[in-house]
Amino acid sequence: MISSTETPVKCYHCGDDCPDESILSEDKHFCCQGCRTVYEILEENNLCTYYDLNQNAGVSLKSGDHKGKFDYLDQAEIVTQLLDYQSDTVSKITLYIPAVHCSSCVWLLENFHKIKKGVVSSRLNFLKKELSLSFDNRQVSLKEIAGLLTTLGYEPQISLQSREKSTVKNNVQRNLILRIGVVGFCTGNIMLMSFPEYFHLDLQNKVDSTYQGFFLYFNFILALPVFFYGASDYFKSAWISIREYFKNTDSVFSVDIPIALGITALFGRSVYETFANHSAGYYDSLAGLVFFLLTGRWIQQVTYNYLSFERNYKSYFPLAVKTLRDQKEQFINVSQLEKGDIILIHHQELIPADAILSSGKGLIDYSFVSGETDPQSRRPGDLIYAGGRQKGGQLQLVVQKPVSQSYLTQLWNNQAFKEEKVMPTTELANAFSKYFTVITLLIATITGIYWYINNPEVMLNSVTAVLMVACPCALTLSMPFTMGTTMGIFGRNKFYVKNQGVIQLLNEIDGIVFDKTGTLTRNNSEKIIFKGKPLTENEKNLVAHLCSASAHPLSQMIARDLGQQEKLTTDYFKETEGQGIEGRIDGHLIRLGKRGFIEVPDLDPLVRHTHSYLSIDGMLCGCFVAEPVFRPHWQKVIKKLSRSFKLFLLSGDNDAEKDKLQPCFDQHAVRFHQTPQDKLDFIRQKQEENMHILMIGDGLNDAGALRQSHVGIAISEDVKVFTPACDAILDASVFDRLNDFLGFSKTAINIVKASFILSLVYNFIGIGWAVSGQLSPVMAAIFMPLSSISVVLFATGLTHLFAWLKGFYRIPASDANLRSL
Amino acid sequence: MKVIIFLAITAVLTAAGFLVAFIWATRNGQFDDTYTPSIRMLFDSEKEDPNQEKEVRP
Repeated sequence: MISSTETPVKCYHCGDDCPDESILSEDKHFCCQGCRTVYEILEENNLCTYYDLNQNAGVSLKSGDHKGKFDYLDQAEIVTQLLDYQSDTVSKITLYIPAVHCSSCVWLLENFHKIKKGVVSSRLNFLKKELSLSFDNRQVSLKEIAGLLTTLGYEPQISLQSREKSTVKNNVQRNLILRIGVVGFCTGNIMLMSFPEYFHLDLQNKVDSTYQGFFLYFNFILALPVFFYGASDYFKSAWISIREYFKNTDSVFSVDIPIALGITALFGRSVYETFANHSAGYYDSLAGLVFFLLTGRWIQQVTYNYLSFERNYKSYFPLAVKTLRDQKEQFINVSQLEKGDIILIHHQELIPADAILSSGKGLIDYSFVSGETDPQSRRPGDLIYAGGRQKGGQLQLVVQKPVSQSYLTQLWNNQAFKEEKVMPTTELANAFSKYFTVITLLIATITGIYWYINNPEVMLNSVTAVLMVACPCALTLSMPFTMGTTMGIFGRNKFYVKNQGVIQLLNEIDGIVFDKTGTLTRNNSEKIIFKGKPLTENEKNLVAHLCSASAHPLSQMIARDLGQQEKLTTDYFKETEGQGIEGRIDGHLIRLGKRGFIEVPDLDPLVRHTHSYLSIDGMLCGCFVAEPVFRPHWQKVIKKLSRSFKLFLLSGDNDAEKDKLQPCFDQHAVRFHQTPQDKLDFIRQKQEENMHILMIGDGLNDAGALRQSHVGIAISEDVKVFTPACDAILDASVFDRLNDFLGFSKTAINIVKASFILSLVYNFIGIGWAVSGQLSPVMAAIFMPLSSISVVLFATGLTHLFAWLKGFYRIPASDANLRSL
Repeated sequence: MKVIIFLAITAVLTAAGFLVAFIWATRNGQFDDTYTPSIRMLFDSEKEDPNQEKEVRP
């Protein structure tokens, strides 16, 4: 096999550079023990095809340490909550595995039964990254499976949310696909069977009339499933709409009413023609119509499978936590935690509930809640809010509030989360149909009265013809096709909206609220600036050496920034937790830390950012400041947006950046020290002033605001990894195109309106024929599909044209491979 | 010419067979995930043990 000897050596498993050539197995180099272990497991089980499919396919295991992580899976009641199905012998489970990234992953995970005895079968859904496993629970436990998967680099993510299974959506989609299939089958055959009719059979001729009768009844039979199965949803929702109207809960007739009326008219009239007159009905028009409507519905529900728009705190919280109850250590489900419970938290574990630290040294990282990178130290007796991650030793805490009542999580108890956001998926269509339905019924009645007086024989024909032609098929199709195309164009440009309704909502926006950390600034990237007399090369070297000895994030950042050239000797090193570090290097005493730890004259201005003073041999040299890095072109984006929207900024941080931000926003539009609840309340208050708010944020602390706002956009550096619940996800790399996206959603709405008008023109032409009683089955069969198809082509064509004009097709070649996902 | 009626019925019944297959496939969940199979089909089937192969062929 391939063994590269050029420097640096690449790890055979994961492709990272190897630090040295010490870790070997046969002739292959590895970057760490973890990678070698995986290779050996695969080798032993004859599964090295893994490396043939993709070179260096593996997941790097350098950061992995999962010992004891899945201990809670020993407890039967916790496992039972996770399983999809369980019998005495077989258990089935679906695990979410975020590390899945290539075809090798699929291959290995689907061959998992060869590695672990007892696993019966495994199947991976690549886009959703879900592995469905069934295993023999007498031979293997879930804990072993999770442990082995983690060893292989495919750690399953088991969280509080894993308990909530969603099979509903799948069923809805299957149902729709089934309907389209059945109706499509009937439509095709009915069209074929209708052909003889179009070519004018001679009914005097005995052979011809036999055929005519045969085809007629055949069509009738084929139309039954179309009417009773395919179109049943339209009758249901039309009925609901009528009921709501008379109960006065809804003031608008939905667009489904004229559709249901049209379908009924088509079917009723056709049955009448078939059995009373033995002449052709409108079966082909009926089937085609229902087929188009269902296709439109299908387009409407298309969404991004591989993105999750529904995550709340439960996706991040652990399923179980180790507690001390009755002097016994045991795992319990975090949702069952009560006040007074004693919980044990290890390194890298998340604190699930507000609790008081009773023993241990807390170094809590809240970056995942607030974006704050600096871990905060806590002493016994301090209250620790839920959501922080412990870095360091073991902690013992006393729970103060149940999980759902904690400071962070109570945000989700807010009213905003209880009710579904109003999605105006059909609002525009409904607005049209408010008049449309009434006008159609009016025309039908007038036509009926007119013909009743002048020629009663034609009355029934013309009334049903009006209802048939007025069926707003083209009208209802233009919305899903335009919005679907727009969604696709946005997606290719890395702006992923949850569904079509969001594009409509974007259109109504008049105010935008920004979060600061992680939104205007880049996440997890801070720039180190040294304020003071510039350091010499030698001094830099000394400081870098000192900093690299400390695990504190700021020290690490400084060390990385300065870079280390040569090895120096350290005589003495001491770290004072929460204060600073000091050391004697090459004979120089270097101290780095807070004011107080290092003597700083009172005259020195206060530094608001994360910072650290430096003194060498007792002399104050200056101060390292970690400044957040703003996204490129952010000022230009703000400036552009401020022309058409009112802008606000809500930051959970202190006001260190005030001078930089204030000029870009209106006075009073910038607020600092905002809690998650403050953000939510601010947006609600603006909404009560009748503003439509777009919220752009990134962390869990924005979750409430994202939910309360009309449209919540989560901005993310890697869209597949971390996003709180939202309506749309914006890739950070296209932040500067935000204005274009908002602008294009307006264009999309205008295109929908234009195609509405086009379809209305068709309706008027059709009604013109219908009122005069001239609409023949052949004309209907040609006219109705033609109008639908032309409206669809018009809508999608215009959308693509405008997208091209606005530059949405200029995608860098390097991103082309992303499209395949 | 009655044969046309017979042909038409046969044709529709054949198509109905495929419709039933489609319904079965949908119920079976084959349309739930339309991406992974495109990867899966590229895998080679099991490599037979070379020794075994020799035994089979005389």
